[in-house]
Amino acid sequence: MSALAQPKRSGFDTSAMAMTAVCLLGLVWSILAAANGADAAMRTQSWLIGAGFLFGLLAIVGIYGEGGVKTEPTEYNESVVKAGAIASMFWGVVGILVGVVIAAQLAFPALLSWDAFPQLNFGRLRPLHTSGVIFAFGGNVLIATSFYVVQRTCRTRIASDAGAWFVFWGYQFFIVIAATGYLLGITQSKEYAEPEWYADIWLTLVWVVYLLVFLVTLAKRKEPHIYVANWFYLAFIVTIAMLHVINNLAMPASLLGSRSYSAFAGVQDALTQWWYGHNAVGFFLTAGFLAIMYYFIPKRVDRPVYSYRLSIIHFWSLIFIYIWAGPHHLHYTALPEWAQTLGMTFSIMLWMPSWGGMINGLMTLSGAWDRLRTDPVVRMLVISVAFYGMSTFEGPVMSIRAVNSLSHYTDWTIGHVHSGALGWVGFISFGALYCMIPWLWKRKGMYSRALIEWHFWVATLGILLYITSMWVSGIMQGLMWRAYNSLGFLEYSFVETVEAMQPYYIIRMLGGVLYLAGALLMAWNVYKTIKGDVRHTEDVAQPQSHKIQPAE
Amino acid sequence: MAETDKKDIDAHTGVETTGHEWDGIKELNNPLPRWWLWVFYASIVWSVIYMIFMPAIPALPGMQGYTPGLRDHTERENVHNALADLQTAREPQFERLQQAAAEGGIEAIEADPELLRFALAAGDSAFGDNCATCHGEGGQGAIGYPNLNDDIWLWGGTFDEIRHTLEVGIRSDHPEARYSQMPAYGADGLLERQEINAVADHVMTLAGLIEPTEAGETTGAEIYEFQCAACHGVDATGDRMVGAPNLVDNYWLYGSEREQIVNSIWRGPFGVMPNWGERLNDPTITALAAYVYLLGGGEPDEFAEAALLDRDPGGEAGQ
Repeated sequence: MSALAQPKRSGFDTSAMAMTAVCLLGLVWSILAAANGADAAMRTQSWLIGAGFLFGLLAIVGIYGEGGVKTEPTEYNESVVKAGAIASMFWGVVGILVGVVIAAQLAFPALLSWDAFPQLNFGRLRPLHTSGVIFAFGGNVLIATSFYVVQRTCRTRIASDAGAWFVFWGYQFFIVIAATGYLLGITQSKEYAEPEWYADIWLTLVWVVYLLVFLVTLAKRKEPHIYVANWFYLAFIVTIAMLHVINNLAMPASLLGSRSYSAFAGVQDALTQWWYGHNAVGFFLTAGFLAIMYYFIPKRVDRPVYSYRLSIIHFWSLIFIYIWAGPHHLHYTALPEWAQTLGMTFSIMLWMPSWGGMINGLMTLSGAWDRLRTDPVVRMLVISVAFYGMSTFEGPVMSIRAVNSLSHYTDWTIGHVHSGALGWVGFISFGALYCMIPWLWKRKGMYSRALIEWHFWVATLGILLYITSMWVSGIMQGLMWRAYNSLGFLEYSFVETVEAMQPYYIIRMLGGVLYLAGALLMAWNVYKTIKGDVRHTEDVAQPQSHKIQPAE
Repeated sequence: MAETDKKDIDAHTGVETTGHEWDGIKELNNPLPRWWLWVFYASIVWSVIYMIFMPAIPALPGMQGYTPGLRDHTERENVHNALADLQTAREPQFERLQQAAAEGGIEAIEADPELLRFALAAGDSAFGDNCATCHGEGGQGAIGYPNLNDDIWLWGGTFDEIRHTLEVGIRSDHPEARYSQMPAYGADGLLERQEINAVADHVMTLAGLIEPTEAGETTGAEIYEFQCAACHGVDATGDRMVGAPNLVDNYWLYGSEREQIVNSIWRGPFGVMPNWGERLNDPTITALAAYVYLLGGGEPDEFAEAALLDRDPGGEAGQ
């Protein structure tokens, strides 16, 4: 009996040896950089990096001293998913909070800039916000849900428990290195790719392990076919690996310093960057979250996916076309015009492939539309898909050169990004977490359905304030920039356009505050659910066993 | 079971499923929505047509160029032409402006309503993009940056003087820049803290900000006479030759609080304005000078001469 109850342990295997070697190597490098770093920021940060590797070594000693990583082939590994769910919630709140802070800085710049704290300048907090919400929040949601979904739809335990845990903790370590680097002023100045070379190398290592764990899990599946959500997860993991490696090709100025030189120069560098930047949207924020949609919507409403054929066609057309659309970020620049044409036409062709996912998401509700009224989680998932449809229509429109000449460099772009980020990515993630948390902790539902209702309405109002204020502000800004008077002079100076935007910046900030309030309600709800306070809840999650069901 | 021929029909829709199931999820075998497919085709056809008309396909590796498209469109040329058109449209007016300024100064510009309107439009545009950053959107100034709406001028307020100031800048890199330097009495250790307080008392008394103090009227007055009067004048009305501000006109460039005045004496302000002649062309500088002159405080030539000669214009010009 006691022998059966005892969890199986991996023992000190090759993966343990590899992790030990990596941590030792990292620790040695950190000590060298702390002592002899080429710049002050590097010397400061290497203390933190060294502490991370030391912590890793201690964890290895602790875990393998007990016999190794726990594993149980007849069950799914849900503990790594639990850790991912909690990390998602934590980083979500942090990332949104920083967003509210920088929105306030833009609305009240004189009040909210402090000479004594350069770490809190807008320029350093802004990448903290974007990386915080995209990579820390979004990335953790993607890693957690992908580990959950791939196990269940393949009816097999994750390929490597140690590997999965390494991915989880390695990714958190990357987030901390990137975030503290921004605050110290370390950046390679590439949007969404700000972390410097050493952080990039670390993420590459983590990502390759992620890809291997995911692929081997797929390979040992007990189902004859691979479910559509897993195609999207795989496309996301593979393409992000390619984008990350190529856009970050750089030569460090010193092997113990925080500076590097990009392998590309001039317009080639810009195009590589926006090939990366656009496909970070395409493969991280679109393909990855479509994978979430393809599992959690049919699961929550208990209806079959609308069309298998549509899922195949829109998957392949989406990933084939998306990768060419990046040049639309560089309209009317030094980029050759033929490349701009390429970016624009591929963006137009991308419209229907994107909408294929929307159709499949919405039509899956056929036979369960009443759930929109009764279940706020379903409403959140569906509104998310609606925002996805809206922003994937707005995107192609903005890629048209004539429209882009008005919208480019204005707040319209910021509004567009946030209808996708707050509406689509945020809501699909919240919805998925609301489904998954009762499943993982074996609760009958979330602690309070009323709180989910409140979260939905407060956050929706916040999104509407955000995107409408940015539309108005952006279009106004674009029109003011291009206005000429009858004598052939610009009607407005730049500073007049900045002044005109302030009311909209305040409205945007209020939208952000509401969205943050919604996330805080959720965090409380999650905390109470995990604690087990669900006796009186009206939320019902169909139970999901952690035992792997044998084949029929 | 999953791979048999037996059809699995979804009860609600009556549509066949694909027969697979993953963790309870099935897939219907619905066809592609027709409208979706046709719009997708249409977007591809539209893209191909666009590529035929516009620059689109790059040459193979090793070859030069790209397909220019039937419209032979180049944005670079469009921008070039648009700028040239703008230039051509403005050119005659700018030439008239230069000529009028050279021949009759600001009066000649003011006498021609059409030219005046043009000069003000050109000046307003240039001011917003170059000057407003420091002097404020309406030229209202800020601490350290003079108000341009009033009739107080550090280096002279006639049309020609303003134009010259714009051209060479103040304490800029230009060899003929308007230049002077007030010593940093405190920072360079020329005066003790108490002495600076005393001279500040004296200056504030002269300006009528405070009642006379003992230190101000003894130590302060003595230091003023030896250190300050050379530039700011015995009567403290300043000297435009060296850009020394009038201390009794109730306008304080660096603030009228005691702390601000003490600080000015301590550090010796060294306000800089760039030499715009290097960045803007002559007609634009003329337009800017006219714009600033007409903001409200421009001085007619004879008024300025009087100001320079006896520092007390009085008479008709002062009324």
